[in-house]
Amino acid sequence: MCLAAPAKVISISGNEAIVDYNGVRTTTRLDTLTEPLAPGDYVLIHTGFAIRRLSAEDGEETLKLFDELSESLRDSEDSSDTSQATTGQGL
Amino acid sequence: MSRPFHLSDPVRARQMADAMAILAPPTPIKIVHVCGTHEMAITQHGLRRFLPEKVEILEGPGCPVCVTPTADIDAAVQIAETGAILCTFGDMTRVPGTRLTLEQARSNGCDIRVVLSAAEAANIAKGTDREVVFFAVGFETTTPMTAAVLLDDAPTNFSALVSHKKIPEAMAVLLNLPGTNIHGYLAPGHVSTILGLAPYARQLETFKVPIVVGGFEPLDILYAITLILRQIRDGKGFVENGFPRGVANEGNIAAQILIETVFESTEVQWRGIGAIPESGYRLRDEFAQFDARLRFNIEGETGDEHIPGCRCADVLTARATPADCPLFGERCTPLSPVGPCMVGTEGACSIWFRYGGREIP
Repeated sequence: MCLAAPAKVISISGNEAIVDYNGVRTTTRLDTLTEPLAPGDYVLIHTGFAIRRLSAEDGEETLKLFDELSESLRDSEDSSDTSQATTGQGL
Repeated sequence: MSRPFHLSDPVRARQMADAMAILAPPTPIKIVHVCGTHEMAITQHGLRRFLPEKVEILEGPGCPVCVTPTADIDAAVQIAETGAILCTFGDMTRVPGTRLTLEQARSNGCDIRVVLSAAEAANIAKGTDREVVFFAVGFETTTPMTAAVLLDDAPTNFSALVSHKKIPEAMAVLLNLPGTNIHGYLAPGHVSTILGLAPYARQLETFKVPIVVGGFEPLDILYAITLILRQIRDGKGFVENGFPRGVANEGNIAAQILIETVFESTEVQWRGIGAIPESGYRLRDEFAQFDARLRFNIEGETGDEHIPGCRCADVLTARATPADCPLFGERCTPLSPVGPCMVGTEGACSIWFRYGGREIP
């Protein structure tokens, strides 16, 4: 029920926009959006209403977050391995 | 076609699984999510196999169709039987009421229509003189749309049977139920797009469990679970935004204002849980003319929810998996569902039946 999908804004007319979702064009209401919108932006659409503006770069930004987390966890493990090894030597 | 938000590459998923392995807990951990869309993504993509051995993730009361109490279905049937056009989302038509499902009411001649949006229901009302009622179910994601339609010059023959619910309140109650044993919450991304982070903090701050908002792409979910495991390892329990492209920390203010303008909080019944104070919405007095319960004189009913043998109540409170139910896949299947978790396409039982649950088919 809480499904929402990103779609690309094609044109805007008052309270409504025409959007393209993977080739399917449909109309969405904009009552539930505060951000200013322009053709080419992406929006998250839930039951016929846009609930969040997205930009194409957001996907890339998200991947960066994923990579940072994996790297920081790997690094923390590496450093704890090293510190254990060092302690081991000390003993 | 470019799909900039399609985040499912297997190499990154493997990296995330390796990261999670670093955080593998020594004792069993139960993470609960409260969103059918999460369960769908987790099960469909086989994400459970990426989790460390002692980590389990289950769906709680995350399917609005499943938690809608029988009394509300009965009210909808009663309204449809007066000859009004009753509009609702598809899954609602198959949920058992005390006497009938809406689907059965339709085969008895009632005019029941499936819509994809509250706006569609209002448009049906604009094209007819008959009474049109929107059976408004769903969590905070769906509530602002009902509000927007009522504020947008709704026709006088239009009304709403409101059954909207608030998810953070249910998450808090679940932690206090005996036997739920929840170590962390994967909070629902799109509900959070509307709410932001504050309502979780308000409801759940006394509990000190990690609450991480997650998106719905496979990598979004693995990322959010990794953040939960990191909080658990570090002995933390706070609200964290694991879906910043979809969720601003303050939420969607326009949508929040729509909800506030039209609705006020009230105690409502949750199937499987019971009554929870302030966990649902009713129309404010200024909008009473759109209240279908008043217009059709529906008394507060108590529908019969007991289904012999069915463990939906335990599945909805994350105390059992669908596979723990003796009816699952035997007497209860998507074609002939016994309990509501098999009815809703976002119910845990329906999803596990179709995609294999914990086992990889």
